[in-house]
Amino acid sequence: MMFDWAYLLEILPLIARASLVTVQATLGGFALAAVLGLLLAVLRSLHVAPLRVAVSVFVEAVRSTPLLIQLFALYYILPSVGIVIPAMLCGILALGVHYSCYCAEVYRAGLDNVPRGQWEAATSLNFSTAETFFRIILPQAVPPVVPALGNYLITMFKETPILLTITVIEMMSQALIIGQDTFRYTEPVTLVGAIFLVFSLASAWAVRRVDAWLRGRWS
Amino acid sequence: MSDATPMVRFSQVTKRYGDLTVLDRLDLDVAANEKVSIIGPSGSGKTTVLRLLMTLERIDDGVIHVDGEPLTHMPDPAGGLRPASEAHVRRVRGKIGMVFQHFNLFPHMSALRNCAEAPMRVLRLSAEEAQARAAELLDMVGLADKKDHYPSQLSGGQQQRVAIARSLAMRPKVMLFDEVTSALDPEVIGEVLEVIRALAVEHDLTMLMVTHQIGFAREFSDRVCFFDAGRIAEQGAPAAILDNPRHERTQQFLRAVLHAG
Repeated sequence: MMFDWAYLLEILPLIARASLVTVQATLGGFALAAVLGLLLAVLRSLHVAPLRVAVSVFVEAVRSTPLLIQLFALYYILPSVGIVIPAMLCGILALGVHYSCYCAEVYRAGLDNVPRGQWEAATSLNFSTAETFFRIILPQAVPPVVPALGNYLITMFKETPILLTITVIEMMSQALIIGQDTFRYTEPVTLVGAIFLVFSLASAWAVRRVDAWLRGRWS
Repeated sequence: MSDATPMVRFSQVTKRYGDLTVLDRLDLDVAANEKVSIIGPSGSGKTTVLRLLMTLERIDDGVIHVDGEPLTHMPDPAGGLRPASEAHVRRVRGKIGMVFQHFNLFPHMSALRNCAEAPMRVLRLSAEEAQARAAELLDMVGLADKKDHYPSQLSGGQQQRVAIARSLAMRPKVMLFDEVTSALDPEVIGEVLEVIRALAVEHDLTMLMVTHQIGFAREFSDRVCFFDAGRIAEQGAPAAILDNPRHERTQQFLRAVLHAG
């Protein structure tokens, strides 16, 4: 079978449009994961035993079950109790919540790495707990874990095709629709793979640049 | 000691870590502007005195008064004392500043920001005023030309001087120095002690200093307290304690320290 370049160009606009959906799902999901992950890490670090147990159970449960099942739960099971969420939002929620549990561990490592003396110095200067956390601790905790967070961003990006199972027309879904119409899968699937490759490499490069910039800033 | 209200008063203060009693019903008064050095073997509770005063640790028993007010307690309607609110603790704690053994500068802030951040956020000074004050203090500790440097770009002695300036920027009445030269290379200890000496002369500050620098304690202090096993074993004028210690533990300690130095 020949690789048909003309056909490739023909389907490119459709795939390109669908890639926007993929990017939206990734950025939306990661924004949620980054914020919720931090919240989980903080809740877990508070000295409130029930809260810590609840968060730990939640994180373990999410990490120990497949993303696909969580996605189906949101999209196919929640409507049976009267909660209907649009497919795209479901996808973003599932990706965000799933990866927030991984991000929470990353943040925890970052927070644990800030020396206790930083908290003590902040107390001696009479900062409130919130000011200490947001102005003193967090700015030191996050930069070292940027590469780890970046890895999850890229991993999440590569997992977005799972959204095709809940009718979101992202890149892979679009490629399969084209394939079903024309009985030619080689070009659309190859194209999608190539776009994933390019985007992943570009993201990895961007994460490295951000990391290098963060490292260089204070020294 | 005069009849005036002491700036710092420990009344029967006890601190335990598990089964270990680090401070055992400690009574200690420090007058306004008094300079007190605290010496003693490690584990004698001397650093704990400063950490309790800075509210970095919780006291198990007793009361600490600062400038006439209970630090972690407040009066209850029945005339007794109850645990203080966070607002009360923050207000009284504002009278105290502390310099740490390991400096604990904020690595993500320039020397100037280190000194201006708390005055801006906590005292609500304008950015201009906070930075002007910070620049003035950095000048005082001899680091006017380093104000835009980050801590990682400064030597240990310079970092410690920034830390002193940072603490002074909050205008404390009481300054605590916790082994502030112990982490420094010998050749920069002098520059830090020089700054502290100037402070003692030029500012109305009550100072408590935990130190192993016996020579500095002698010239700097109005009083030396020798701690042993969670209590003050012996205290008095520097010459009396350091030259003619009466307590056997003090004699042993001084022999060991002076020979090691």
